[in-house]
Amino acid sequence: MTVVFVETDPAGEVTLTSAEAITFARSQLLPDGGAATSREVSGPPSGSTEGVVIGPLSDAAVDALGRLGVGVIHHLEHPELAEYSAAAWAQAIVDVTPESGTLLASGTPRGMELMAHAAVRTGARMAANVIAVDEEGLLRQVHGGTAFERLRLDGDLQVLTIAGHACTPKETTPTIPEIIAYDLTVAEADLATRVQRTEVEAADDASGLTSARAVVGAGRGVGSENGFAEVLELVDHLGGALGVSRVVTGLGWRPHAEQVGQTGSRISPDVYIACGISGAIQHMAGIEGAKTLVAINTDAESTMVQRADYAIIGDLHEVVAAVNEEIVRRRG
Amino acid sequence: MNILVCIKRVPDIAGSVTLDATGTGIDETGLGHAMSSHEECAVELAIQTAAATSGTVTVLTLGPAEAVEQLRAAVAVGANDGILVEAADPSVFAPEDIAQVIGDVIRDRAEAGQTFDLVLTGDDAADTGDFQVGIRLAYDLEYPVLTNIQTLNAGGADGGGGPGGERGSGRIEARGIGPAGTEIFSLDLPAVVAVHEGGVDPRYPSITGRMKAKKAQVVEYDAPVPGTGSPRIRLELPEVKASSVTILGEGPEAAPALVDVLEEIGVIRP
Ligand SMILES: Cc1cc2nc3c(=O)[nH]c(=O)nc-3n(C[C@H](O)[C@H](O)[C@H](O)COP(=O)(O)OP(=O)(O)OC[C@H]3O[C@@H](n4cnc5c(N)ncnc54)[C@H](O)[C@@H]3O)c2cc1C
Ligand SMILES: Nc1ncnc2c1ncn2[C@@H]1O[C@H](COP(=O)(O)O)[C@@H](O)[C@H]1O
Repeated sequence: MTVVFVETDPAGEVTLTSAEAITFARSQLLPDGGAATSREVSGPPSGSTEGVVIGPLSDAAVDALGRLGVGVIHHLEHPELAEYSAAAWAQAIVDVTPESGTLLASGTPRGMELMAHAAVRTGARMAANVIAVDEEGLLRQVHGGTAFERLRLDGDLQVLTIAGHACTPKETTPTIPEIIAYDLTVAEADLATRVQRTEVEAADDASGLTSARAVVGAGRGVGSENGFAEVLELVDHLGGALGVSRVVTGLGWRPHAEQVGQTGSRISPDVYIACGISGAIQHMAGIEGAKTLVAINTDAESTMVQRADYAIIGDLHEVVAAVNEEIVRRRG
Repeated sequence: MNILVCIKRVPDIAGSVTLDATGTGIDETGLGHAMSSHEECAVELAIQTAAATSGTVTVLTLGPAEAVEQLRAAVAVGANDGILVEAADPSVFAPEDIAQVIGDVIRDRAEAGQTFDLVLTGDDAADTGDFQVGIRLAYDLEYPVLTNIQTLNAGGADGGGGPGGERGSGRIEARGIGPAGTEIFSLDLPAVVAVHEGGVDPRYPSITGRMKAKKAQVVEYDAPVPGTGSPRIRLELPEVKASSVTILGEGPEAAPALVDVLEEIGVIRP
């Protein structure tokens, strides 16, 4: 059996990365515990995929999980878990984790943290940022995506996190999931690390960035803290979001919440327009999910231009200003 | 407050890499080394927190003899001393082995009279990216653990580490970015906190810092043979895809061609 920890957004919808993780669970050769499996890599799962949801469970989420092939939803709504506490949430997940098989979550900060706690609590080994599973074992991203590690986790239960965009969510024959509500006695010690309060400030909200259909990226090529006017205007014309490289956050030109890459957000917009960004591997790790990649760069040989679908060679300030003018002109 | 920061020596990778002869690691010839970026921020947070509480900062690494360079780099920016747990080939250690060895060293230091109120790690090491050593270490020590933390505030903490670092040796406020905004935690010490870069700017070493680093006191241990052993079979490199870029043009004259593409995708606001 495979159990997936399902994250939902504030509107109660299943997050994109959780939908990816469920699709991954369904389509990859995961050991489902006990009986030997000789399943084709892309064949139908011989085991079942179950989900765990902590907190409110909306009708929309139940419906989405059914369409993603989740047969059983373990649902826990507990007053003591209303605020996030990794240890307590992990215990809630462990309570519905089988002794053998696979427990997995998407490779978000929450997913990473909960799976590591759950691995220790179940005595299992854990692999982070897995991208595929086959007869030989697991394949995961290491060195910020520059290389893949092929590994094998021994033990009856394996705990995984799935790298963002390792697969595209795919729906299957819809089922009506069985919802199993359960309860938990929360250990006092597990609440020591509970969130005391959450402050919502525009500057550290990365959710706009991860959900935007269009992201304009800005790197060192912007030149200075005062060089963002054109890119921000373009963001506005696209109703999108600004994403930046680590050089930009490192120099203090923009807040860290806007950083895209290995140590920033991983995004999957319809279009990413990278302005003055060289395309370092750690930056590329964050934009693998972009459907169309556009580069605006003075250096035609830069990795970003080479990896892009479309590119304009030139100074980003001049080019982006001209793009803005053209958009305004066509609006009439 | 006495703080221990766990740092890992990792190759500094900018472009593509090649594999070594065994196929289980990357070829490090010609590559520089550094501590992971989350750990640089952890060191900075430790220095600030220790300064605010008249405490000390010790850095620990499990790695080859050369990893003393990373310990010295931390002393150069303000750490007080270092602990080198020498392992000729750290890649044979599983994350659970590393956590176990660090836990044992922390207990041994406590017996020698050196205790820590707070243990900092990075969220994940830049090379293996296992996302678990800090959490496993916390369970081994039976301390609470937070991850994804960007800033710390020791205001109100008594700053004194009790002998053996027993609970009640202070409290700390920690902040990190969660899915809905900045999350604030308040935690009894001793504890483990895994740091995510971005909350503080790591400082550069001063001249006196560099001088101090040369004479830094480093306690040495030998890492035992790993118990679990790394689950790695080998490394593989991603396929390099041939470029299929369409150059729309040079300079501002190419702008209309890009606007055509954006219209085609349908992302321009009406
Ligand atoms: C462990 C680790 C984690 C990291 N995580 C991240 C991460 O999450 N995100 C991230 O982005 N980086 C990350 N990095 C850093 C990464 O390696 C690069 O240093 C960084 O992405 C480079 O940023 P950049 O492209 O803006 O700057 P540069 O590499 O300096 O590139 C600037 C580009 O701008 C172009 N340019 C200059 N002037 C102009 C102009 N006027 N008009 C148009 N183009 C111009 C140049 O040709 C060049 O291509 C990480 C590094 C490490 C070691
Ligand atoms: N060999 C090591 N020596 C010291 N600290 C380590 C070592 N390996 C991991 N760590 C710490 O644990 C954190 C998480 O590492 P990992 O779980 O390997 O991704 C790192 O950022 C370090 O702070």
